[in-house]
Amino acid sequence: MPNMSLEKVSMPEQDPNVRNKNFLEVALGYTEDMAREEAQRCLQCKSKPCVQGCPVNVQIPEFIKLVAEGNFEEAYNKIRETNSLPAVCGRVCPQESQCEQLCVRAKKGEPVAIGRLERYVADWNMRNGKSKTEDIKKLNKKVAVVGSGPAGLTCAGDLAKMGYDVTIFEAFHTPGGVLMYGIPEFRLPKDLVQSEIETVVKLGVEIRTNMVIGKVLSLDELYDEGYEAIFIGSGAGLPSFMGIPGENLNGVYSANEFLTRINLMKAYKFPDCDTPVKVGENVAVVGGGNVAMDAARSAKRLGARNVYIVYRRSEAEMPARLEEVHHAKEEGINFRLLNNPTKIIGTDDGWVKGMECVEMELGEPDSSGRRRPVAKKGSEYVLDVETVIIAIGQSPNPLIKATTPGLETQKWGGIIADEETGATSREGVYAGGDAVTGAATVILAMGAGKKAAKAIDEYIRSKG
Amino acid sequence: MFKIVRKEVLNPSVKLMEIEAPYVAKKAQPGQFIIFRIDDAGERIPLTIADYDREKGTVTIIFQEVGKSTKRLGAMEAGDSILDFVGPLGVASHFDGLKKVAVIGGGLGTAIAYPQAKHLHSMGVEVDSIVGFRNKELIILEKEMAAASSRLFIATDDGSNGNKGFVTDILKRLIEDGNKYDMVIAIGPLIMMKVVSNLTKQYGIKTIVSMNPVMIDGTGMCGGCRVTVGGKTKFACVDGPDFDGHEVDFDEAMRRQSMYKSEEKISNEKHECRLGGEVNA
Ligand SMILES: Cc1cc2nc3c(=O)[nH]c(=O)nc-3n(C[C@H](O)[C@H](O)[C@H](O)COP(=O)(O)OP(=O)(O)OC[C@H]3O[C@@H](n4cnc5c(N)ncnc54)[C@H](O)[C@@H]3O)c2cc1C
Ligand SMILES: Cc1cc2nc3c(=O)[nH]c(=O)nc-3n(C[C@H](O)[C@H](O)[C@H](O)COP(=O)(O)OP(=O)(O)OC[C@H]3O[C@@H](n4cnc5c(N)ncnc54)[C@H](O)[C@@H]3O)c2cc1C
Ligand code: SF4
Ligand code: SF4
Ligand code: FES
Repeated sequence: MPNMSLEKVSMPEQDPNVRNKNFLEVALGYTEDMAREEAQRCLQCKSKPCVQGCPVNVQIPEFIKLVAEGNFEEAYNKIRETNSLPAVCGRVCPQESQCEQLCVRAKKGEPVAIGRLERYVADWNMRNGKSKTEDIKKLNKKVAVVGSGPAGLTCAGDLAKMGYDVTIFEAFHTPGGVLMYGIPEFRLPKDLVQSEIETVVKLGVEIRTNMVIGKVLSLDELYDEGYEAIFIGSGAGLPSFMGIPGENLNGVYSANEFLTRINLMKAYKFPDCDTPVKVGENVAVVGGGNVAMDAARSAKRLGARNVYIVYRRSEAEMPARLEEVHHAKEEGINFRLLNNPTKIIGTDDGWVKGMECVEMELGEPDSSGRRRPVAKKGSEYVLDVETVIIAIGQSPNPLIKATTPGLETQKWGGIIADEETGATSREGVYAGGDAVTGAATVILAMGAGKKAAKAIDEYIRSKG
Repeated sequence: MFKIVRKEVLNPSVKLMEIEAPYVAKKAQPGQFIIFRIDDAGERIPLTIADYDREKGTVTIIFQEVGKSTKRLGAMEAGDSILDFVGPLGVASHFDGLKKVAVIGGGLGTAIAYPQAKHLHSMGVEVDSIVGFRNKELIILEKEMAAASSRLFIATDDGSNGNKGFVTDILKRLIEDGNKYDMVIAIGPLIMMKVVSNLTKQYGIKTIVSMNPVMIDGTGMCGGCRVTVGGKTKFACVDGPDFDGHEVDFDEAMRRQSMYKSEEKISNEKHECRLGGEVNA
């Protein structure tokens, strides 16, 4: 008999006033009983609408049934058939607009907590799972993958399972992409990311760090080294600035820089780790996506007293995950919605002392279908802050395009790739993830990596 | 891991190391740099590629011990290894069609200017090198610079080498004497590059400077290295580090350089007390 409760079994969390001072994970995860109870809420729909919402087709009712039965090992194997990073996805997928959005239980009450169950199963496996060595028949063919974010890892993992010798070339000293340098520890523990990466390495994938493709080696030189096809999953790492006066004052960061200092370089452990970060008492974060929430919540944890999110549209248009907005509010982040920065004001010696903002109102819908914010004349005011973090978006880094003749890109830098296969304008070169779409989501990047792996396999087979 | 195969002490605080890094050595060109990290708790630190040997697969760096990371590196010996060494990064310098050039090095900037002088010299360009140091004890790369230049001028702030003055004094004299330079390359402290640029602007001589803002990734991903050039924001790690000296906003660059002064002091003091501890133990 299914559990007909209208609400999800709630997941224990650290108290907001405790967690906003530490970098430990916010959400603590289900216990076995909670997971089995929540799993009972799934109606095992024959038509599986939820699966349509998952970019990598996790077999949702099947794995949930196994959870309900307490067979976590099989549940894990079921998820892993299509998703190589379940502990990550369970935590960071915007479930409300993907799998859970289409769940029939959401028609009345809350959907089944698919993400939380996925997380439970992945975490269970990390604690109890036996590492299984898969029996892979080697094809003796080499494929190169550029970038070790979710797109690259997924593509590499799938190709390795098919028997290819896959090498990932990563620019940074640590693999994982945004999972390591962007999303903070309190939302996605780094040990866990590394252990999911470990499962990909166990499939025989080699990861070579410190390899900036386009600088150390060009794509053409990868062919010279015997790779038969290349997947580009280099992400969208180029930070955008607003182009307003005062952006180069001391105390203005791109969210990328701020988060990289904290996550990848562990500035929150300064001076035990060597990289510093400046936070100040009053911090303004500009933007309304996951990146902005992460920067704001990190600033709070590093001791800032007042942290503002300054976003030019209203809450309904905010692209961040629902849960993150909710958590940010609980932690005392101050939301200045329908506000837009106009300039950053500095002290005589060049440090930020304030940010001038103007109030906005929503006008006619623009090309994205969202109502366009327009400035209210005369509503300017100054927010007193010492730090400004700009989180208004990223675009793909031009390095690879600049060093790869014949690789076509959009004007804004996205690599042009076939939606179904990831094929680019260069034969044998495939691309996917943020490098193609611009900043999007982990799971879409994984979906793209998966499709490209299949297409690369077909391409190499067709060459014989 | 990247092995240190040779170490030389050039002056009390400046050291040279040759590092085994075949991929970097294969592609390196004058004007480019690397980023190293000693270990897992270390910072990512940029250093110019001073020289490279494609056959041996090694890259030479010359660095001044100014803070924690460079001191820790300086304390390592041939045979030791460091964790990360990535490059070559940045845009290589372009020197086509030059006949006569003045290369100016200020202090440690001499190490960064050296590969440029050497490269130009080997292309048959007439190179007048002008290098300046605070005093005689700090002079580095004298032999190397002499070999890479048509003429070498060495100035000291205190005159302890018998040639008192600033590099700009010498440059000005050479220009006034009628030397026609197609280009001036100035590398050193920001204030020196600013003064040189102001001088050459009066004479309308194209001037290239090498910017060294605080960097993290070195691949265009953080924007921390931004400098204003000709009123536009540029990322020194991917658009530079060489820029037109007449276009650079040096005042802003100097301000940005000082952003982490207090943290650098903490880091350095912690390092010193750790070293002290080791000696006592
Ligand atoms: C702060 C932040 C929070 C986010 N929160 C969420 C969230 O909650 N949920 C969600 O679904 N999505 C979130 N996202 C978005 C998500 O992380 C990205 O969409 C996803 O990581 C894209 O994956 P990718 O593999 O395409 O690229 P990336 O993860 O960006 O990985 C690209 C990798 O390629 C490497 N690389 C780049 N250039 C080169 C080169 N020339 N040579 C070699 N390697 C190179 C990079 O160093 C990097 O490791 C967030 C993003 C950020 C920045
Ligand atoms: C492109 C480039 C090329 C360089 N080439 C050389 C070189 O060939 N030889 C050499 O001795 N030095 C070079 N530098 C400077 C060198 O990177 C700094 O001296 C070094 O980072 C100091 O680190 P620290 O921990 O020892 O000192 P800290 O105490 O941390 O800092 C001392 C000073 O170094 C600068 N600095 C600190 N961290 C960084 C960073 N991450 N990136 C850049 N600058 C920083 C700051 O101005 C600071 O005031 C170069 C810098 C750049 C950007
Ligand atoms: S991978 Fe993401 S979208 Fe797919 S089922 Fe899991 S949480 Fe939902
Ligand atoms: S739609 Fe909801 S209830 Fe139906 S199978 Fe999927 S998760 Fe279960
Ligand atoms: S060092 Fe990060 S963009 Fe240049």
